[in-house]
Amino acid sequence: MIDTENLSKQFGSHTAVDRLTLHIGEGEVFGFLGPNGAGKTTTVRMLTCLIGPTQGRATVMGYEVGKDSQSIRRHVGLLTETPGMYDRLSALKNLTIYAELYEVPDVPGQVEKYLRLLGLWERRQDAAGTFSKGMKQKLAIARALLHEPKILFLDEPTAGLDPEAAKLVRDFILEVKAQGRTIFLTTHNLDEADRLCDRVAVFNQRLRVIDTPQGLRQEMYGRQVVFHLADTAVPYQPTLQNLPYINRLEAIDNKLVVALDDPETHNPELIRLLVSAGANIQFVGELRHSLEDIYLRLVNES
Amino acid sequence: MKKIRTIIGKEWAEVFKNRLVLFSVIFLPLMLTILPLATIWGMSRFPASASSSVSTEEIEFFGDLCVGLTENECVMVYTLSLYTLLFMILPVMIPVTIAAYSIVGEKATRSLEPLLATPITDIELLTGKAIAAIVPAILATWLAYFVYAIGAVIMLGAELALAYVFAPVWVLAIFVVGPLMTFLSVSIAIMVSARVTDPRVAEQLSGLVVLPIILLLVGQSVGWVVVSRDMIYLIGVIVLILDVVLGFITVKSFQRETILTQWK
Ligand SMILES: Nc1ncnc2c1ncn2[C@@H]1O[C@H](COP(=O)(O)OP(=O)(O)O)[C@@H](O)[C@H]1O
Ligand SMILES: [Mg+2]
Repeated sequence: MIDTENLSKQFGSHTAVDRLTLHIGEGEVFGFLGPNGAGKTTTVRMLTCLIGPTQGRATVMGYEVGKDSQSIRRHVGLLTETPGMYDRLSALKNLTIYAELYEVPDVPGQVEKYLRLLGLWERRQDAAGTFSKGMKQKLAIARALLHEPKILFLDEPTAGLDPEAAKLVRDFILEVKAQGRTIFLTTHNLDEADRLCDRVAVFNQRLRVIDTPQGLRQEMYGRQVVFHLADTAVPYQPTLQNLPYINRLEAIDNKLVVALDDPETHNPELIRLLVSAGANIQFVGELRHSLEDIYLRLVNES
Repeated sequence: MKKIRTIIGKEWAEVFKNRLVLFSVIFLPLMLTILPLATIWGMSRFPASASSSVSTEEIEFFGDLCVGLTENECVMVYTLSLYTLLFMILPVMIPVTIAAYSIVGEKATRSLEPLLATPITDIELLTGKAIAAIVPAILATWLAYFVYAIGAVIMLGAELALAYVFAPVWVLAIFVVGPLMTFLSVSIAIMVSARVTDPRVAEQLSGLVVLPIILLLVGQSVGWVVVSRDMIYLIGVIVLILDVVLGFITVKSFQRETILTQWK
């Protein structure tokens, strides 16, 4: 659905996006992760034909950015970084304007459908400016969906929202995802990317890495199992030392941290060995690295 | 075409909730209608020297304006032509407020980016914004002129009023040159609006388009120029040419990317 090849954007001498190459499939929720100033908004603006690339090329739904811009605009939805509602106009009026601009066949029907979906039908005559931040953001997402685009671009959809409003918006995104749309979501919130996205790219001017959230964890750290013992773990380290399938072994206080490729197969044996060596096992668990660890490692590497 | 209508509707829905705009669309024409009427009223109540004929110096000053009139009538007619010229400020001033906000206003509220992401063309957007500013300006001008004319007929009598307030040259000025000027000032205001980052700056800069008219007004009131029919024709032609040129430049210079990414 979205393919880019060495897509770049230069502002004067400053390179905001440097040779980005991506392939995003249909129905995928793709997280574009990066710190402030990474070039996320610039990338979204290029892909939605608001600004032109200075180098490289991109196609969206088979249409070429810069050539078939009008077709792309017709077929994608965009939630901009700031919602940019007409605050003085009612929710109904805001959506109606956009439905008309997007040439929606049944304007009143489509507007009503989304206002009801958002639970805003009763408040349709209220000025958009009177809505809470979270509601406004949902209204802005609905505005981007009026023409039922196959691809939805969401630029930091939960930035600046309080946790409750952010959850409201995130749940709405999950609903949209369930309808099978392709979503390109930028965020600097790792937890959000982890929860919403099928794949994530860590990006900071250049593409650092791209994988599923789970894949990223494995790639960076492998899989790790922790054994919590009742007393200090050091004496039991030799018990497991020379097993061929263990990649790494570490004893910290009362914990044994074991890195191995296939814990499902080998954990039972490890437990048996430890128990027969006299260890009192309290818990066994998998150590999950948060996306944050990975992200920080990648972003700071540059 | 439908999108142009959408933009016009949106502009009106939004802009007329703005006090500043309402002020300029209502207050300015109102003032320019009341002021001349009050002056005529005052003059007709306190005639200077009822029947003395026009002196030589005065003939020099007023040119062929006063041929065959009493001094009192001459002063009145002169005052009227001054005010009618003042009326020409309306079609220039009223749309400036609306048009000056048109692009930079949307930039300030961040609504420009989602708008430009829709499949609307530059021409559709600019036409919608221009019409939204032009139509109320022209209507307000005509309405004000209509009220002024009726007042003049009542106070001066139909004959004098028809000869001077409704003189063909002024009808031409108000109904043809006026709208042409409106288009010009809207083009300029939109162009300025697309280039600045602060709505107030846009308004102040665009407001400068009224200067030539003020100059003309000052010129006439100190006797440098007398606005004649030929002069109105000349102004009309010049404005028409400027309309074409500036309209073209406004559309050509509308660069979405530059407008969107202007960096402080
Ligand atoms: N119009 C512009 N002119 C100059 N520099 C810009 C412009 N827009 C963005 N930048 C720069 O490009 C970089 C990327 O910006 P942006 O895409 O907004 O980042 P993000 O959305 O990831 O926070 C930043 O360093 C920013 O300063
Ligand atoms: Mg951004």
